[in-house]
Amino acid sequence: MSKVIYADNAATTKMAPEVLAEMLPYFTENYGNPNSIYGLGQKASQATMKAREIIAGAINAEKNEIYFTAGGTEADNWALKGACEAYGAKGKHIITTTIEHHAILHTAKYLAGKGYQVSYIGVDENGIIRLDELKKAIRAETILISVCYANNEIGTIQPIKEIGEIAKEKGILFHTDAVQALGQIPIDVKECHIDMLSASAHKLNGPKGIGLLYLREGLKLGPFIHGGAQEKKRRAGTLNVPGIVGFGAAVKLAMAKLPEKTKKVTELRDYLLEKILAEIPYCRLNGDRVKRLPNNINFSFQFIEGEALLIMLDLKGIAASSGSACTSGSLDPSHVLLAIGLPHEIAHGSLRLTLNEENTYAEADIIVMTLKEIIQKLRNMSPLYEDFIKNLNE
Amino acid sequence: MYTDKVMDHFENPRNVGEILNASGLGTVGNPKCGDIMRIYLDIDENQIIKDCKFKTFGCGAAIATSSVATEMVIGKTLNEAMLVTNKAVLEALDGLPEEKVHCSLLAEEAIRAALWDYAEKNNIKIEGLKKPKADLE
Repeated sequence: MSKVIYADNAATTKMAPEVLAEMLPYFTENYGNPNSIYGLGQKASQATMKAREIIAGAINAEKNEIYFTAGGTEADNWALKGACEAYGAKGKHIITTTIEHHAILHTAKYLAGKGYQVSYIGVDENGIIRLDELKKAIRAETILISVCYANNEIGTIQPIKEIGEIAKEKGILFHTDAVQALGQIPIDVKECHIDMLSASAHKLNGPKGIGLLYLREGLKLGPFIHGGAQEKKRRAGTLNVPGIVGFGAAVKLAMAKLPEKTKKVTELRDYLLEKILAEIPYCRLNGDRVKRLPNNINFSFQFIEGEALLIMLDLKGIAASSGSACTSGSLDPSHVLLAIGLPHEIAHGSLRLTLNEENTYAEADIIVMTLKEIIQKLRNMSPLYEDFIKNLNE
Repeated sequence: MYTDKVMDHFENPRNVGEILNASGLGTVGNPKCGDIMRIYLDIDENQIIKDCKFKTFGCGAAIATSSVATEMVIGKTLNEAMLVTNKAVLEALDGLPEEKVHCSLLAEEAIRAALWDYAEKNNIKIEGLKKPKADLE
């Protein structure tokens, strides 16, 4: 197979060579434990502090508010379970949305089983949270609102500042899962009144296995992992030094080229998106056209199923993703696509393309050409398309 | 994830299409679940299946099971076609991933729905054949 066209950057990204170069010395040279007092340990300790500063600066937080975790999922678990544990005496009600990542939804379900009440706020047809519904859902016993910064499937960016203001006014903790947002759009935790924020390095050309939870100074959340004194006794375990260094390097790189990268990727995204709309009939763009991550494209193609489409794309060297049931491992298609009101059969035929700055216009042209060919082939096999065409001709 | 046989049938599906004035037509599955299979049978006066075509809306496994099932019934008698069960389809494909086994069930159901259609039209009985479930919306 020739070079793969990688269009699944919301799943994970290729690590930047600069990031790898910064990490390498922390495996074999400066391999000391950052908690050790000798020089080798202190070199590692300084490197993690530098990374902490870079990352804190990127989201306008303080460096002592950054807690490293094993990834975004752990950070989401900690934020929700930790907030309920620390503030459960105040109330047992939390609010989230119908389009969260499973790291939030399944944690919320777990908490519901532990006696917490969970309200799931709906979204409009573009996937934007309904603020009036959010306001109505707030009760005296509400302790937490958790809303994803930008959706992983349809790329919709939420009105985070407005949500933060609502939460602040009511004295409710505000958590946001910013795993897809960090490094793609500017984030300011102070301006948006964010109390807790989850992020992950591998979504922005950093390494896998390292994430973070931003915990605003003064929050009472207790330790999530018990053990040593690392991360101010809140998240024990020897620091993943190369991972943290890589996370810092990835954030630094992403922030340095953010405006340039945003412009470049947005233009390519719009080119690809418009070309698909123009050249492939019976398709629908999912998610907001404007309030959207620069790299995200999500379409539903009528009369076909997403997994078959993905395998055929893979055979042609294109890596993408779908919200069909067959790819979600359940009988239902993506909960996000159902939440924006798509009928099941339309949700089954979805395709997510998430770009990076290395994708080219030539690749976009190949993607459209290949999609056209595959979709026609699958439609020619589809009884739904057969019935549709017969009805058209009658 | 898929065996070579599944990939072969998925990439080069056999007998895709329609049969005009088919002797038997069966459509099973449900668009909500993301699987619909339609089988067309051309059955001659000696009750031999001369031809079989399919149309399927579904995943790779659904398309591959449809394709292999058409091959398995062509040239068969009605009673022989009854032996094309989900187990037989699975074996012919060297197996499917656990979560895809239901696709093979759909192939059996689609063939039987088409046989039922033929039996109804011709007022005959086929040993062991029951009325198909109507789970189409």
